[in-house]
Amino acid sequence: MAKVGSVLDLIGDTPMVEVSQLSPNPEVRILLKLEGQNPGGSVKDRVALAMVEDAEATGKLVRGKPDQELIEPSSGNTGIGLALVCRLRGYHLRVVLPENVSPERRQLLELWGAQIIDSPASEGSNGAVKLARELARENPDYVFLYQYANLANPMAHYRGTGPEIWRDCPEVTHFVAGLGTSGTLLGAGRYLKERNPGVQIWAIEPPAGEMVDGLRSLEDGYIPPIFLEFGGAEILDRKTIIKPRESIEWTRRLTEVGIFAGISSGAAMAGAARVAESIDSGVVVVVSPDGGWKYLSTGAWTEDLDVVVERARHLIYF
Amino acid sequence: MSVDVRLPTVLRPQAGGRAEVSVDASTVGELIAGLVQQFPGLEGQLVDASGTLRRFVNVYVNDDDVRYLDQLDTPVADGDVVSILPAVAGGSC
Repeated sequence: MAKVGSVLDLIGDTPMVEVSQLSPNPEVRILLKLEGQNPGGSVKDRVALAMVEDAEATGKLVRGKPDQELIEPSSGNTGIGLALVCRLRGYHLRVVLPENVSPERRQLLELWGAQIIDSPASEGSNGAVKLARELARENPDYVFLYQYANLANPMAHYRGTGPEIWRDCPEVTHFVAGLGTSGTLLGAGRYLKERNPGVQIWAIEPPAGEMVDGLRSLEDGYIPPIFLEFGGAEILDRKTIIKPRESIEWTRRLTEVGIFAGISSGAAMAGAARVAESIDSGVVVVVSPDGGWKYLSTGAWTEDLDVVVERARHLIYF
Repeated sequence: MSVDVRLPTVLRPQAGGRAEVSVDASTVGELIAGLVQQFPGLEGQLVDASGTLRRFVNVYVNDDDVRYLDQLDTPVADGDVVSILPAVAGGSC
């Protein structure tokens, strides 16, 4: 792909890199799919474009019509991807963003012209979701794409990420990715299982429930509607928590093979290492959701590990 | 077998304010029953009347979610750490 008509044509078809040098088991290969190569810098470009195109196809958004406004809760990457797509399509975007995201995410949203609405840090992503839903209810003119409940999210991975992995690595035995909205795992996971039911799907998550202290009762909990609607419980084979220290250690280890990736990539690699330790042989494909650029201010690579880990406890990095 | 259980902030008031407790159990189901016996205020919070984990409760044995292991039959052994966490919206969004 040497020449394209729009930067949006650069979304998807990301490269995969062999990082088996980092595998704790010589009989297990590990390949990392670099979603940071997307033009907006993360895997969420796929979701942003798919949700906007779906809204256009169903008439919720009309191309060329002035003054159309969108609202979306995001801890950063979906917001950034949407801001890029909206900028090029002429839509106005409001992003509900938890206060405790890295400052780079905030700046990226601003540079694409998105308007930021802060939600309380103590409520994490739950708080952003809650506030965005309230604002969407109060303002029926807003187009609310709502990535947690929008099937275009997993479908972007069913149609893109999954087939790309199968094309580039049909020998895959295990697929590892971060949970988040669950879109990547559900879409790519379902596609891979349809091709080979033996492929194991491992979800990695940060100890988010530990970090969110604004929860008043268990009934304030949240399960993304797409997880239920897309059959998440049948697609996932394992769900494992990776703590901030291990995530950052693995983010640093990735630089040994020349990969500068975000902290959630380190978490996913830590998960892949656990897979590798638990099986005799296999091929693990791991998703690296974004590059390291947005996390430089956290000092993740250069400062004392204890200091960075403590900082990460108060930051949404996943 | 003594297993350490970490409780989320939201459940600590019903457990005398404690963040970590020890329970003798050989499965997650026994562990939850033991917890409720120690702290009756937790009754109904973790498991519903039909005996399944409530939907916003995630239980992890050494970081692995028991829903994808053997649910309440998941074995626990001496020295294991069990964490109970509320289901919340994930980060990457």
